[in-house]
Amino acid sequence: MTRALSRRATIALVGLTATALAACSPPAKTDSSASSSASGSAAAADAKTATSAEAMGGMAALEAAAKKEGTLNVIALPPDWANYGEIIKAFEAKYGIKVVSDQPDADSATEISTAKNLKGQSKAPDVFDLGAVVALANTDMYAPYKVASFDKIPSQFKDADGKWVNDYGGYMAVGYDSSKVPAITSIDDLLKPEFQGKIALNGDPLKAAAGFAGVQMVSLAKGGTLDDVTKAVDFFGELKKAGNLIPVDPTSATVESGATPVVINWDYLNAAHVAKVPTWKVWVPDNAIIAGYYFQAINADAPHPAAARLWQEFLYSDEGQNFWLKGGARPVLMDEMTKAGTVDKEAAAKLPTAKGEPQVSSAEQTDKAKKYLTDNWAKAVG
Amino acid sequence: MADRQRLGAPSGRRPGGALLGVVPFFLYTTAFLLLPTLIVIVGAFLDGDSRFTLGNLEALRSPAVTTALWQSVALSVVTAVIGAAVGGVLAYAVSTAPAGSLVRRFVTSLCGVLAQFGGVALAFAFMATFGLQGFVNLWLVDLGINTGGGAWLYTWDKGLTLVYLIFQIPLMVIVFLPAVDGLRPQWREASETLGGTTWTYWRRVGGPILLPPFVGSLLLLFTNAFSAYATAAALISQGSPLVPLQIAASLNSETVLGQENVGKAMALAMVLVVAVVMAIYAWIDRRSSRWLQR
Repeated sequence: MTRALSRRATIALVGLTATALAACSPPAKTDSSASSSASGSAAAADAKTATSAEAMGGMAALEAAAKKEGTLNVIALPPDWANYGEIIKAFEAKYGIKVVSDQPDADSATEISTAKNLKGQSKAPDVFDLGAVVALANTDMYAPYKVASFDKIPSQFKDADGKWVNDYGGYMAVGYDSSKVPAITSIDDLLKPEFQGKIALNGDPLKAAAGFAGVQMVSLAKGGTLDDVTKAVDFFGELKKAGNLIPVDPTSATVESGATPVVINWDYLNAAHVAKVPTWKVWVPDNAIIAGYYFQAINADAPHPAAARLWQEFLYSDEGQNFWLKGGARPVLMDEMTKAGTVDKEAAAKLPTAKGEPQVSSAEQTDKAKKYLTDNWAKAVG
Repeated sequence: MADRQRLGAPSGRRPGGALLGVVPFFLYTTAFLLLPTLIVIVGAFLDGDSRFTLGNLEALRSPAVTTALWQSVALSVVTAVIGAAVGGVLAYAVSTAPAGSLVRRFVTSLCGVLAQFGGVALAFAFMATFGLQGFVNLWLVDLGINTGGGAWLYTWDKGLTLVYLIFQIPLMVIVFLPAVDGLRPQWREASETLGGTTWTYWRRVGGPILLPPFVGSLLLLFTNAFSAYATAAALISQGSPLVPLQIAASLNSETVLGQENVGKAMALAMVLVVAVVMAIYAWIDRRSSRWLQR
């Protein structure tokens, strides 16, 4: 449960990535990449500053260096989260590198604070998997690195210098137990009396990114915009008045017990409930697709710099991307792989679909929405 | 003076030893009371870069915070008044049972447990009973009674009032019982001998004696509810309707960063409210100890 709660809170608001590109201080970056490419040009470069596999002398050299280190420290990766359990096992089997998974249930902020506390120690995390807000607030802690498939990743999903790259994400969705409530085909269905005491939003939008994205989704579905969420707040107010919205934090336990038969949450987290509740369905409203992505980055002070870089190469290989897809998440290279035909079609077919383009909210839009929520959310649902 | 000499150690070493004995207490209060309070007070006046600012206090004027503050006070007052009234009557009823009797021992130990029965455990007990899947709720639904899905439990006004009373009433019994026990039967006999009725006794003797400890207990109940966090947090996850929940949101929010010091300003506001209440309590406590030997 804590996993669902804490990890939920870390989900990326993809909207913030747009400004991150502008906000990440460019001067510092040019410096670091210049120095690292300089050292990279020397043969058998230091893994700590290598910005690509070539800088290390090619993939084989990177692999050899990583095997020599023998260990990779990861943090906050629950085994049942986006298929990380299988990914870690596959990586260990493929390269013979031991993966030490620390605090799998921790949240993004804890990943950063742990890296700071353990700085210089062999137990410090080598790589991060972070939510957007935390990821973009700590860019000075990452080592720039470009994986082999870096150029294929759409520019809005990566830092131009490779300090961070979005790894996987999902769409905001409405999950529901079809044995307890009628099928949902429109957001207004939620106002029906059959839904009384049944709808939960994953977290307060002023606390949790998932809850915030849920509000933006409803806003689009109700004809509002990403920055003007008035309509969404009014809608949640109506839900509350009708007694349909319950202020319960949905977790796999509440879903299993039936306490929260309708959950507004990321589609891949919703999809995970099907294992325990076979009648669980996931619905994404048409023309109201909010996408959220996680951020992958290498700790600049990684105790195993080569293994950290090999891990990135593995994650952004077709194999690694398909593992995430199998876990119900949408890997960042999915479009590219669909074109190339390397995508796991069976897993891709299981993802919920909807009409319309996934929406990306800019930082200004996010800020405007937050400001309105700060003044009005408690009033509407309190 | 004579007493002290009799009790004192032969040499002049006793004051030093006594002081040494108090050291752990001072260390404890420093670490867990003074230091946190100081951090809160200082932090309330600092911005993200540790520069002096009044911005955090300004932020207290936002409607979300003022509403939460008002609702916290309202919830605390209501549960304190109801808790004090019901608990006071209960305490009197218990005091009529002879000391050491089974009823009395049972009620006081039960109250001792229930007064500490707060937080997550209490919240889940209520969820299991009256919540969405709670057995009482399902039973009422089976009988055809519309409970609104049990959603009332998850509101700060209806739900939390009831839940808080579960620990407020027993706490009142515990803190008020010694005061009621302090009423001497002789006072009543004296009143009756002089021709007083029951009403006269309560109006002229019992009431005035019990009023200070009653108000004191009431204030204690107020602060008890005002500072409660875990129970509310376990039940309510939307809207942060109370100040402790607002403070938590300012500390662990993933969407609105850099609000930690606004949280400290809110904590400072709570400290001030409690300080005022405790000052009144101390004054009343002094008055009430004049009559009651405890």
